[in-house]
Amino acid sequence: MIDALLAPFQYEFMQRAFVAALVVGTLCSTIGTYVVLRKLSFIGDGIAHASFAGIVIAYLRGMDYYVGAAIVAVLTALGIGYVTRRGKVSLDTAIGVLFTGAFALGVFLMSRLPTYNIDLQGFLFGNILAVSRGDIVLILVLAALVFAVLIVIYRPLLYTSFDPVVAEASGIPVALIDYVLLVLLALTIVISLEAVGIVLVAALLVTPAATAYQLTRRFRRMLGLSALIGAICAVAGLYASYYLHAASGATIVLLVTLVFFMAMVSKRRWRSAP
Amino acid sequence: MAIAVRAHELTVRYDRVLALDRVNLTLDEGQALGIVGPNGSGKSTLLKAVAGLIAPVGGSIQVFGGAPRSQPPGTIAYVPQVEAVDWSFPANVYDVVAMGRFPRMRALAPFSKHDREVVDAALAALHIGDLRHRHISQLSGGQQQRAFIARAIAQEPRLLLLDEPTTGVDAATEEALREFVRELVARGMPVLMTTHDLERAAEWFDRLMVVDRRVLAEGDPATVLESGAYAGIREHVHTHGHLRTDATQEHAEHD
Repeated sequence: MIDALLAPFQYEFMQRAFVAALVVGTLCSTIGTYVVLRKLSFIGDGIAHASFAGIVIAYLRGMDYYVGAAIVAVLTALGIGYVTRRGKVSLDTAIGVLFTGAFALGVFLMSRLPTYNIDLQGFLFGNILAVSRGDIVLILVLAALVFAVLIVIYRPLLYTSFDPVVAEASGIPVALIDYVLLVLLALTIVISLEAVGIVLVAALLVTPAATAYQLTRRFRRMLGLSALIGAICAVAGLYASYYLHAASGATIVLLVTLVFFMAMVSKRRWRSAP
Repeated sequence: MAIAVRAHELTVRYDRVLALDRVNLTLDEGQALGIVGPNGSGKSTLLKAVAGLIAPVGGSIQVFGGAPRSQPPGTIAYVPQVEAVDWSFPANVYDVVAMGRFPRMRALAPFSKHDREVVDAALAALHIGDLRHRHISQLSGGQQQRAFIARAIAQEPRLLLLDEPTTGVDAATEEALREFVRELVARGMPVLMTTHDLERAAEWFDRLMVVDRRVLAEGDPATVLESGAYAGIREHVHTHGHLRTDATQEHAEHD
Protein backbone atom coordinates (compact mmCIF):
# COMPACT_ATOMS: atom_id res chain seq x y z
CA MET A 1 0.00 0.00 0.00
CA ILE A 2 2.85 2.34 0.89
CA ASP A 3 4.33 1.51 -2.49
CA ALA A 4 1.11 2.71 -4.07
CA LEU A 5 1.19 5.96 -2.06
CA LEU A 6 4.78 6.58 -3.01
CA ALA A 7 4.19 5.66 -6.63
CA PRO A 8 4.27 9.23 -7.96
CA PHE A 9 7.70 9.82 -6.41
CA GLN A 10 9.43 7.07 -8.38
CA TYR A 11 9.73 9.36 -11.39
CA GLU A 12 12.33 12.07 -11.33
CA PHE A 13 10.04 14.49 -13.19
CA MET A 14 7.42 13.96 -10.49
CA GLN A 15 9.96 14.67 -7.76
CA ARG A 16 10.84 17.93 -9.50
CA ALA A 17 7.16 18.73 -9.89
CA PHE A 18 6.58 18.26 -6.16
CA VAL A 19 9.49 20.57 -5.28
CA ALA A 20 8.15 23.17 -7.71
CA ALA A 21 4.61 22.86 -6.34
CA LEU A 22 5.81 23.22 -2.75
CA VAL A 23 7.92 26.31 -3.47
CA VAL A 24 5.39 27.99 -5.78
CA GLY A 25 2.48 27.20 -3.44
CA THR A 26 4.30 28.65 -0.43
CA LEU A 27 5.63 31.72 -2.23
CA CYS A 28 2.37 32.68 -3.97
CA SER A 29 0.33 32.36 -0.81
CA THR A 30 2.86 34.31 1.25
CA ILE A 31 2.98 37.29 -1.08
CA GLY A 32 -0.73 36.68 -1.61
CA THR A 33 -1.34 37.87 1.95
CA TYR A 34 -0.23 41.35 0.85
CA VAL A 35 -2.12 40.99 -2.43
CA VAL A 36 -5.38 40.33 -0.54
CA LEU A 37 -4.90 42.96 2.18
CA ARG A 38 -3.86 45.64 -0.33
CA LYS A 39 -6.43 44.53 -2.91
CA LEU A 40 -3.87 43.92 -5.64
CA SER A 41 -5.39 40.74 -7.12
CA PHE A 42 -6.29 42.45 -10.38
CA ILE A 43 -2.68 43.67 -10.61
CA GLY A 44 -1.47 40.08 -10.18
CA ASP A 45 -3.74 38.91 -12.96
CA GLY A 46 -2.59 41.80 -15.14
CA ILE A 47 1.10 41.10 -14.64
CA ALA A 48 0.57 37.40 -15.41
CA HIS A 49 -1.22 38.12 -18.68
CA ALA A 50 1.26 40.80 -19.74
CA SER A 51 4.17 38.42 -19.20
CA PHE A 52 2.86 36.31 -22.09
CA ALA A 53 4.16 38.98 -24.48
CA GLY A 54 7.57 38.53 -22.85
CA ILE A 55 7.45 34.78 -23.42
CA VAL A 56 6.71 35.19 -27.16
CA ILE A 57 9.33 37.93 -27.61
CA ALA A 58 11.89 35.74 -25.84
CA TYR A 59 11.00 32.89 -28.19
CA LEU A 60 11.44 35.12 -31.26
CA ARG A 61 14.85 36.25 -30.06
CA GLY A 62 15.95 32.77 -29.00
CA MET A 63 16.13 33.75 -25.34
CA ASP A 64 15.04 31.84 -22.27
CA TYR A 65 11.27 32.17 -21.76
CA TYR A 66 11.77 33.00 -18.12
CA VAL A 67 14.03 35.96 -18.89
CA GLY A 68 11.53 37.42 -21.36
CA ALA A 69 8.61 36.88 -18.99
CA ALA A 70 10.56 38.37 -16.07
CA ILE A 71 11.54 41.52 -17.99
CA VAL A 72 8.00 42.22 -19.19
CA ALA A 73 6.45 41.31 -15.82
CA VAL A 74 8.76 43.63 -13.88
CA LEU A 75 8.28 46.47 -16.40
CA THR A 76 4.50 46.02 -16.21
CA ALA A 77 4.63 46.02 -12.40
CA LEU A 78 6.69 49.23 -12.34
CA GLY A 79 4.39 50.81 -14.94
CA ILE A 80 1.33 49.97 -12.86
CA GLY A 81 3.06 51.39 -9.78
CA TYR A 82 3.85 54.60 -11.64
CA VAL A 83 0.28 55.00 -12.91
CA THR A 84 -1.05 54.41 -9.38
CA ARG A 85 1.26 57.10 -7.98
CA ARG A 86 0.31 59.62 -10.66
CA GLY A 87 -3.34 58.79 -10.16
CA LYS A 88 -4.64 60.49 -13.30
CA VAL A 89 -6.22 57.32 -14.68
CA SER A 90 -8.10 54.93 -12.42
CA LEU A 91 -6.01 51.91 -11.57
CA ASP A 92 -8.35 49.19 -12.80
CA THR A 93 -8.72 51.01 -16.11
CA ALA A 94 -4.96 51.31 -16.48
CA ILE A 95 -4.41 47.64 -15.73
CA GLY A 96 -7.29 46.64 -18.00
CA VAL A 97 -5.72 48.56 -20.88
CA LEU A 98 -2.14 47.50 -20.20
CA PHE A 99 -2.63 43.83 -19.59
CA THR A 100 -5.03 43.02 -22.38
CA GLY A 101 -2.86 45.09 -24.72
CA ALA A 102 0.29 43.22 -23.77
CA PHE A 103 -1.48 39.87 -23.92
CA ALA A 104 -2.83 40.70 -27.39
CA LEU A 105 0.70 41.66 -28.48
CA GLY A 106 1.85 38.19 -27.42
CA VAL A 107 -0.92 36.46 -29.35
CA PHE A 108 -0.37 38.73 -32.38
CA LEU A 109 3.36 38.01 -32.54
CA MET A 110 2.78 34.31 -32.10
CA SER A 111 0.08 34.12 -34.77
CA ARG A 112 2.42 35.65 -37.37
CA LEU A 113 4.97 32.90 -36.95
CA PRO A 114 4.86 30.38 -39.84
CA THR A 115 5.49 27.57 -37.39
CA TYR A 116 5.86 27.75 -33.68
CA ASN A 117 6.56 25.30 -30.95
CA ILE A 118 5.57 27.43 -27.97
CA ASP A 119 3.44 25.31 -25.70
CA LEU A 120 0.61 27.83 -25.51
CA GLN A 121 -1.61 25.63 -23.42
CA GLY A 122 1.31 24.98 -21.07
CA PHE A 123 1.81 28.68 -20.46
CA LEU A 124 -1.88 29.39 -20.07
CA PHE A 125 -2.70 26.53 -17.71
CA GLY A 126 0.69 25.39 -16.47
CA ASN A 127 2.66 22.23 -17.11
CA ILE A 128 4.36 21.41 -13.85
CA LEU A 129 5.46 17.98 -15.10
CA ALA A 130 7.70 19.68 -17.65
CA VAL A 131 9.75 21.56 -15.03
CA SER A 132 13.39 20.82 -15.81
CA ARG A 133 16.35 20.61 -13.46
CA GLY A 134 17.45 24.07 -14.60
CA ASP A 135 13.95 25.42 -13.95
CA ILE A 136 14.07 24.06 -10.40
CA VAL A 137 17.34 25.85 -9.70
CA LEU A 138 15.92 29.10 -11.06
CA ILE A 139 12.69 28.70 -9.06
CA LEU A 140 14.63 28.02 -5.85
CA VAL A 141 17.03 30.95 -6.33
CA LEU A 142 14.30 33.46 -7.17
CA ALA A 143 12.02 32.20 -4.39
CA ALA A 144 14.88 32.55 -1.87
CA LEU A 145 15.46 36.10 -3.11
CA VAL A 146 11.79 37.05 -2.79
CA PHE A 147 11.52 35.55 0.70
CA ALA A 148 14.73 37.28 1.84
CA VAL A 149 13.49 40.70 0.69
CA LEU A 150 10.08 40.10 2.30
CA ILE A 151 11.79 39.35 5.62
CA VAL A 152 14.03 42.42 5.43
CA ILE A 153 11.17 44.83 4.63
CA TYR A 154 8.66 43.04 6.87
CA ARG A 155 7.88 45.95 9.22
CA PRO A 156 7.84 48.88 6.78
CA LEU A 157 5.79 46.72 4.39
CA LEU A 158 3.26 45.89 7.11
CA TYR A 159 2.97 49.56 8.16
CA THR A 160 2.66 50.69 4.53
CA SER A 161 0.01 48.04 3.85
CA PHE A 162 -2.08 49.15 6.83
CA ASP A 163 -1.69 52.92 6.89
CA PRO A 164 0.43 54.37 4.04
CA VAL A 165 -0.24 58.04 4.84
CA VAL A 166 0.83 57.93 8.47
CA ALA A 167 3.70 55.57 7.61
CA GLU A 168 4.98 58.12 5.11
CA ALA A 169 4.69 61.00 7.60
CA SER A 170 6.71 58.95 10.09
CA GLY A 171 9.57 58.67 7.60
CA ILE A 172 9.03 55.23 6.06
CA PRO A 173 9.87 55.28 2.31
CA VAL A 174 6.38 54.23 1.25
CA ALA A 175 6.85 54.71 -2.51
CA LEU A 176 10.00 52.58 -2.52
CA ILE A 177 8.31 49.84 -0.46
CA ASP A 178 5.34 49.85 -2.89
CA TYR A 179 7.62 49.43 -5.91
CA VAL A 180 9.64 46.68 -4.21
CA LEU A 181 6.44 44.77 -3.43
CA LEU A 182 5.28 45.05 -7.05
CA VAL A 183 8.63 43.74 -8.33
CA LEU A 184 8.49 40.84 -5.86
CA LEU A 185 4.96 40.12 -7.06
CA ALA A 186 6.15 40.12 -10.68
CA LEU A 187 9.00 37.71 -9.90
CA THR A 188 6.63 35.42 -7.98
CA ILE A 189 4.27 35.30 -10.93
CA VAL A 190 7.09 34.53 -13.37
CA ILE A 191 8.38 31.57 -11.38
CA SER A 192 4.80 30.28 -11.00
CA LEU A 193 3.99 30.38 -14.73
CA GLU A 194 5.30 26.93 -15.57
CA ALA A 195 3.68 25.37 -12.51
CA VAL A 196 0.18 26.82 -12.69
CA GLY A 197 0.06 29.01 -15.80
CA ILE A 198 -1.00 32.55 -16.63
CA VAL A 199 -4.72 32.05 -16.11
CA LEU A 200 -4.54 30.16 -12.84
CA VAL A 201 -1.74 31.98 -11.00
CA ALA A 202 -4.14 34.65 -9.73
CA ALA A 203 -6.04 31.97 -7.80
CA LEU A 204 -2.90 30.81 -6.04
CA LEU A 205 -2.11 34.43 -5.13
CA VAL A 206 -5.54 35.22 -3.74
CA THR A 207 -7.36 32.11 -2.51
CA PRO A 208 -5.04 30.76 0.24
CA ALA A 209 -4.67 34.27 1.72
CA ALA A 210 -8.41 34.92 1.48
CA THR A 211 -8.95 31.61 3.27
CA ALA A 212 -6.51 32.54 6.05
CA TYR A 213 -8.20 35.95 6.31
CA GLN A 214 -11.45 34.17 7.21
CA LEU A 215 -9.78 32.20 9.98
CA THR A 216 -7.73 34.76 11.93
CA ARG A 217 -7.67 38.42 12.88
CA ARG A 218 -3.92 38.71 13.43
CA PHE A 219 -1.52 39.56 10.62
CA ARG A 220 1.26 37.13 11.47
CA ARG A 221 -1.15 34.24 11.82
CA MET A 222 -2.75 35.14 8.51
CA LEU A 223 0.67 35.14 6.86
CA GLY A 224 1.63 31.76 8.32
CA LEU A 225 -1.74 30.15 7.75
CA SER A 226 -1.86 31.36 4.15
CA ALA A 227 1.61 29.94 3.42
CA LEU A 228 0.63 26.64 5.04
CA ILE A 229 -2.63 26.36 3.08
CA GLY A 230 -0.84 27.26 -0.16
CA ALA A 231 1.93 24.73 0.40
CA ILE A 232 -0.35 21.87 1.44
CA CYS A 233 -2.88 22.48 -1.33
CA ALA A 234 -0.19 22.73 -4.01
CA VAL A 235 1.41 19.43 -2.99
CA ALA A 236 -1.89 17.66 -2.31
CA GLY A 237 -3.40 18.98 -5.53
CA LEU A 238 -0.47 17.72 -7.57
CA TYR A 239 -0.70 14.38 -5.81
CA ALA A 240 -4.42 14.12 -6.50
CA SER A 241 -3.93 15.08 -10.15
CA TYR A 242 -1.57 12.11 -10.56
CA TYR A 243 -4.28 9.64 -9.53
CA LEU A 244 -7.14 11.48 -11.20
CA HIS A 245 -5.20 11.83 -14.48
CA ALA A 246 -6.16 15.51 -14.44
CA ALA A 247 -4.34 18.75 -15.20
CA SER A 248 -2.19 19.55 -12.16
CA GLY A 249 -2.61 23.36 -12.16
CA ALA A 250 -6.38 23.09 -12.35
CA THR A 251 -6.49 20.40 -9.63
CA ILE A 252 -4.40 22.60 -7.29
CA VAL A 253 -6.65 25.62 -7.89
CA LEU A 254 -9.80 23.54 -7.40
CA LEU A 255 -8.41 22.27 -4.10
CA VAL A 256 -7.63 25.77 -2.73
CA THR A 257 -11.07 26.91 -3.86
CA LEU A 258 -12.64 24.00 -2.00
CA VAL A 259 -10.65 24.85 1.14
CA PHE A 260 -11.75 28.49 0.82
CA PHE A 261 -15.42 27.55 0.82
CA MET A 262 -14.90 25.13 3.68
CA ALA A 263 -13.36 27.93 5.74
CA MET A 264 -16.24 30.22 4.83
CA VAL A 265 -18.87 27.70 5.88
CA SER A 266 -17.10 26.77 9.13
CA LYS A 267 -16.71 30.46 9.98
CA ARG A 268 -20.42 30.97 9.49
CA ARG A 269 -21.13 28.02 11.77
CA TRP A 270 -18.92 29.49 14.50
CA ARG A 271 -20.69 32.80 14.20
CA SER A 272 -24.16 31.33 14.38
CA ALA A 273 -23.22 29.13 17.35
CA PRO A 274 -24.74 30.42 20.60
CA MET B 1 13.76 76.68 23.13
CA ALA B 2 14.62 75.70 19.58
CA ILE B 3 12.28 76.25 16.66
CA ALA B 4 10.47 73.03 15.65
CA VAL B 5 8.46 74.22 12.65
CA ARG B 6 8.90 77.25 10.46
CA ALA B 7 6.69 77.97 7.45
CA HIS B 8 7.58 80.92 5.28
CA GLU B 9 5.09 82.19 2.69
CA LEU B 10 3.87 78.57 2.40
CA THR B 11 1.59 78.15 -0.62
CA VAL B 12 -0.16 74.90 -1.56
CA ARG B 13 -2.37 74.18 -4.54
CA TYR B 14 -4.54 71.20 -5.46
CA ASP B 15 -4.64 71.43 -9.24
CA ARG B 16 -6.16 74.89 -9.70
CA VAL B 17 -7.56 75.31 -6.19
CA LEU B 18 -5.46 77.43 -3.85
CA ALA B 19 -5.48 75.61 -0.50
CA LEU B 20 -2.93 77.71 1.40
CA ASP B 21 -1.87 81.22 0.49
CA ARG B 22 1.46 82.53 1.81
CA VAL B 23 1.14 81.13 5.32
CA ASN B 24 3.78 82.10 7.87
CA LEU B 25 4.11 80.07 11.03
CA THR B 26 6.61 79.27 13.74
CA LEU B 27 6.30 76.64 16.43
CA ASP B 28 8.82 76.35 19.25
CA GLU B 29 9.63 73.25 21.22
CA GLY B 30 7.47 72.95 24.34
CA GLN B 31 4.63 74.84 22.72
CA ALA B 32 1.13 73.88 21.55
CA LEU B 33 -0.19 75.82 18.57
CA GLY B 34 -3.87 75.50 17.76
CA ILE B 35 -5.20 76.03 14.25
CA VAL B 36 -8.85 76.97 13.80
CA GLY B 37 -10.80 77.72 10.66
CA PRO B 38 -13.91 76.61 8.82
CA ASN B 39 -14.15 73.41 6.78
CA GLY B 40 -12.08 73.68 3.62
CA SER B 41 -9.92 76.43 5.12
CA GLY B 42 -6.72 74.46 4.56
CA LYS B 43 -6.15 73.42 8.19
CA SER B 44 -5.58 69.77 7.32
CA THR B 45 -3.53 70.76 4.30
CA LEU B 46 -1.27 72.78 6.57
CA LEU B 47 -0.60 69.75 8.78
CA LYS B 48 0.04 67.57 5.72
CA ALA B 49 2.53 70.09 4.39
CA VAL B 50 4.35 70.13 7.74
CA ALA B 51 4.39 66.30 7.68
CA GLY B 52 5.95 66.41 4.20
CA LEU B 53 2.97 64.65 2.61
CA ILE B 54 2.27 67.56 0.25
CA ALA B 55 4.88 69.56 -1.61
CA PRO B 56 4.30 73.33 -1.55
CA VAL B 57 4.17 75.24 -4.85
CA GLY B 58 5.61 78.33 -3.17
CA GLY B 59 7.42 79.35 -0.03
CA SER B 60 9.07 76.88 2.28
CA ILE B 61 8.42 74.58 5.19
CA GLN B 62 11.13 73.57 7.62
CA VAL B 63 11.05 71.05 10.46
CA PHE B 64 13.98 71.29 12.87
CA GLY B 65 15.81 73.38 10.29
CA GLY B 66 15.42 70.99 7.34
CA ALA B 67 12.86 69.69 4.86
CA PRO B 68 10.24 67.43 6.54
CA ARG B 69 11.20 64.45 4.34
CA SER B 70 14.90 64.84 5.16
CA GLN B 71 14.36 64.18 8.88
CA PRO B 72 15.44 60.82 10.33
CA PRO B 73 12.62 58.21 10.43
CA GLY B 74 10.42 58.62 13.49
CA THR B 75 10.85 62.40 13.80
CA ILE B 76 7.30 63.41 12.87
CA ALA B 77 4.16 61.72 14.18
CA TYR B 78 0.95 62.57 12.36
CA VAL B 79 -2.57 61.64 13.43
CA PRO B 80 -5.02 62.35 10.59
CA GLN B 81 -8.57 63.49 11.22
CA VAL B 82 -10.16 60.44 9.67
CA GLU B 83 -8.03 57.33 9.57
CA ALA B 84 -8.41 56.01 6.04
CA VAL B 85 -7.46 52.50 7.06
CA ASP B 86 -9.22 49.22 6.30
CA TRP B 87 -10.90 48.47 9.64
CA SER B 88 -11.06 44.77 8.80
CA PHE B 89 -7.23 44.63 8.60
CA PRO B 90 -5.99 41.75 10.78
CA ALA B 91 -4.65 43.83 13.68
CA ASN B 92 -5.63 44.44 17.30
CA VAL B 93 -4.97 47.59 19.35
CA TYR B 94 -1.55 46.38 20.47
CA ASP B 95 -0.51 45.62 16.86
CA VAL B 96 -1.50 49.13 15.77
CA VAL B 97 0.32 50.88 18.61
CA ALA B 98 3.39 48.66 18.06
CA MET B 99 3.58 49.97 14.48
CA GLY B 100 4.63 53.27 16.03
CA ARG B 101 7.98 51.64 16.81
CA PHE B 102 8.59 50.49 13.21
CA PRO B 103 10.10 53.74 11.83
CA ARG B 104 12.72 53.67 14.59
CA MET B 105 13.63 49.99 14.21
CA ARG B 106 16.40 48.56 12.06
CA ALA B 107 15.53 45.79 9.60
CA LEU B 108 15.66 42.33 11.20
CA ALA B 109 16.06 43.81 14.69
CA PRO B 110 13.82 41.98 17.17
CA PHE B 111 11.11 43.84 19.09
CA SER B 112 13.19 44.72 22.16
CA LYS B 113 12.27 45.09 25.82
CA HIS B 114 12.49 48.85 25.39
CA ASP B 115 10.09 48.71 22.41
CA ARG B 116 7.57 46.75 24.46
CA GLU B 117 7.90 49.16 27.39
CA VAL B 118 7.30 52.17 25.17
CA VAL B 119 4.22 50.54 23.62
CA ASP B 120 2.87 49.60 27.08
CA ALA B 121 3.47 53.13 28.35
CA ALA B 122 1.64 54.61 25.33
CA LEU B 123 -1.32 52.26 25.87
CA ALA B 124 -1.41 53.20 29.56
CA ALA B 125 -1.14 56.94 28.86
CA LEU B 126 -4.22 56.83 26.62
CA HIS B 127 -6.07 54.49 29.03
CA ILE B 128 -6.47 51.72 26.46
CA GLY B 129 -4.28 49.08 28.11
CA ASP B 130 -7.31 46.87 28.69
CA LEU B 131 -8.24 47.07 25.01
CA ARG B 132 -4.88 45.80 23.75
CA HIS B 133 -6.26 42.46 22.54
CA ARG B 134 -9.34 43.95 20.93
CA HIS B 135 -9.61 43.97 17.13
CA ILE B 136 -9.63 47.49 15.65
CA SER B 137 -13.06 46.98 14.10
CA GLN B 138 -14.54 46.57 17.58
CA LEU B 139 -13.51 50.00 18.87
CA SER B 140 -15.69 53.07 19.37
CA GLY B 141 -14.73 56.32 17.64
CA GLY B 142 -13.04 57.64 20.77
CA GLN B 143 -11.15 54.38 21.30
CA GLN B 144 -9.95 54.38 17.69
CA GLN B 145 -8.73 57.94 18.09
CA ARG B 146 -6.87 57.05 21.29
CA ALA B 147 -5.28 53.98 19.68
CA PHE B 148 -3.90 56.12 16.83
CA ILE B 149 -2.65 58.79 19.22
CA ALA B 150 -0.99 56.03 21.29
CA ARG B 151 0.72 54.82 18.10
CA ALA B 152 2.01 58.35 17.49
CA ILE B 153 3.33 58.52 21.07
CA ALA B 154 4.95 55.07 20.82
CA GLN B 155 6.95 56.47 17.93
CA GLU B 156 8.73 58.79 20.41
CA PRO B 157 8.48 61.63 17.88
CA ARG B 158 10.12 65.04 18.15
CA LEU B 159 7.04 66.73 16.64
CA LEU B 160 3.37 65.80 17.07
CA LEU B 161 0.71 66.76 14.49
CA LEU B 162 -2.92 66.19 15.49
CA ASP B 163 -5.75 66.81 13.02
CA GLU B 164 -8.99 67.44 14.93
CA PRO B 165 -8.39 64.72 17.52
CA THR B 166 -11.44 65.81 19.52
CA THR B 167 -14.01 65.48 16.74
CA GLY B 168 -16.47 62.66 17.47
CA VAL B 169 -14.94 62.04 20.89
CA ASP B 170 -16.89 62.14 24.17
CA ALA B 171 -16.22 64.81 26.80
CA ALA B 172 -14.31 62.51 29.14
CA THR B 173 -11.98 61.36 26.36
CA GLU B 174 -11.47 64.94 25.25
CA GLU B 175 -10.47 66.01 28.74
CA ALA B 176 -8.11 63.04 29.09
CA LEU B 177 -6.57 63.91 25.72
CA ARG B 178 -6.14 67.55 26.69
CA GLU B 179 -4.37 66.66 29.94
CA PHE B 180 -2.18 64.21 28.07
CA VAL B 181 -1.21 66.72 25.38
CA ARG B 182 -0.48 69.43 27.98
CA GLU B 183 1.80 66.97 29.76
CA LEU B 184 3.71 66.25 26.55
CA VAL B 185 4.05 69.98 25.90
CA ALA B 186 5.29 70.57 29.45
CA ARG B 187 8.01 68.00 28.74
CA GLY B 188 9.10 69.95 25.67
CA MET B 189 7.12 68.38 22.81
CA PRO B 190 6.02 70.80 20.10
CA VAL B 191 2.38 70.13 19.16
CA LEU B 192 0.52 71.45 16.14
CA MET B 193 -3.19 70.71 16.27
CA THR B 194 -6.34 71.67 14.38
CA THR B 195 -9.65 71.97 16.20
CA HIS B 196 -13.24 73.13 15.98
CA ASP B 197 -13.54 73.72 19.70
CA LEU B 198 -13.08 77.46 20.22
CA GLU B 199 -14.43 77.58 23.76
CA ARG B 200 -11.63 75.54 25.22
CA ALA B 201 -8.85 76.80 22.99
CA ALA B 202 -7.22 78.72 25.85
CA GLU B 203 -6.97 75.51 27.90
CA TRP B 204 -5.44 73.53 25.04
CA PHE B 205 -3.01 75.93 23.42
CA ASP B 206 -0.25 78.40 24.09
CA ARG B 207 -0.96 80.11 20.80
CA LEU B 208 -3.87 80.12 18.40
CA MET B 209 -3.99 80.74 14.68
CA VAL B 210 -7.07 81.47 12.59
CA VAL B 211 -6.65 80.15 9.07
CA ASP B 212 -8.82 80.53 6.01
CA ARG B 213 -6.32 79.76 3.28
CA ARG B 214 -4.44 82.77 4.67
CA VAL B 215 -3.53 83.44 8.28
CA LEU B 216 -6.25 85.81 9.56
CA ALA B 217 -5.05 86.15 13.13
CA GLU B 218 -2.34 84.67 15.31
CA GLY B 219 -1.27 84.99 18.93
CA ASP B 220 -2.41 84.41 22.49
CA PRO B 221 -5.69 82.36 22.39
CA ALA B 222 -7.73 84.84 24.46
CA THR B 223 -6.61 87.82 22.37
CA VAL B 224 -7.26 86.04 19.09
CA LEU B 225 -10.76 84.98 20.15
CA GLU B 226 -11.59 88.52 21.35
CA SER B 227 -10.34 90.00 18.08
CA GLY B 228 -13.37 88.50 16.33
CA ALA B 229 -11.26 87.18 13.46
CA TYR B 230 -13.05 83.87 13.64
CA ALA B 231 -16.52 85.42 13.83
CA GLY B 232 -15.64 87.29 10.64
CA ILE B 233 -14.89 84.16 8.62
CA ARG B 234 -17.90 82.37 10.01
CA GLU B 235 -20.10 84.98 8.39
CA HIS B 236 -18.01 84.76 5.26
CA VAL B 237 -18.50 81.00 5.15
CA HIS B 238 -22.20 81.42 5.71
CA THR B 239 -22.44 83.73 2.72
CA HIS B 240 -20.40 81.34 0.62
CA GLY B 241 -22.53 78.41 1.65
CA HIS B 242 -25.59 80.37 0.70
CA LEU B 243 -24.18 81.29 -2.67
CA ARG B 244 -23.23 77.71 -3.33
CA THR B 245 -26.78 76.55 -2.58
CA ASP B 246 -28.15 79.08 -5.06
CA ALA B 247 -25.68 77.99 -7.69
CA THR B 248 -26.63 74.35 -7.20
CA GLN B 249 -30.30 75.13 -7.57
CA GLU B 250 -29.67 77.13 -10.69
CA HIS B 251 -27.59 74.28 -12.06
CA ALA B 252 -30.38 71.84 -11.28
CA GLU B 253 -32.92 74.03 -13.03
CA HIS B 254 -30.78 74.22 -16.13
CA ASP B 255 -30.53 70.46 -16.19
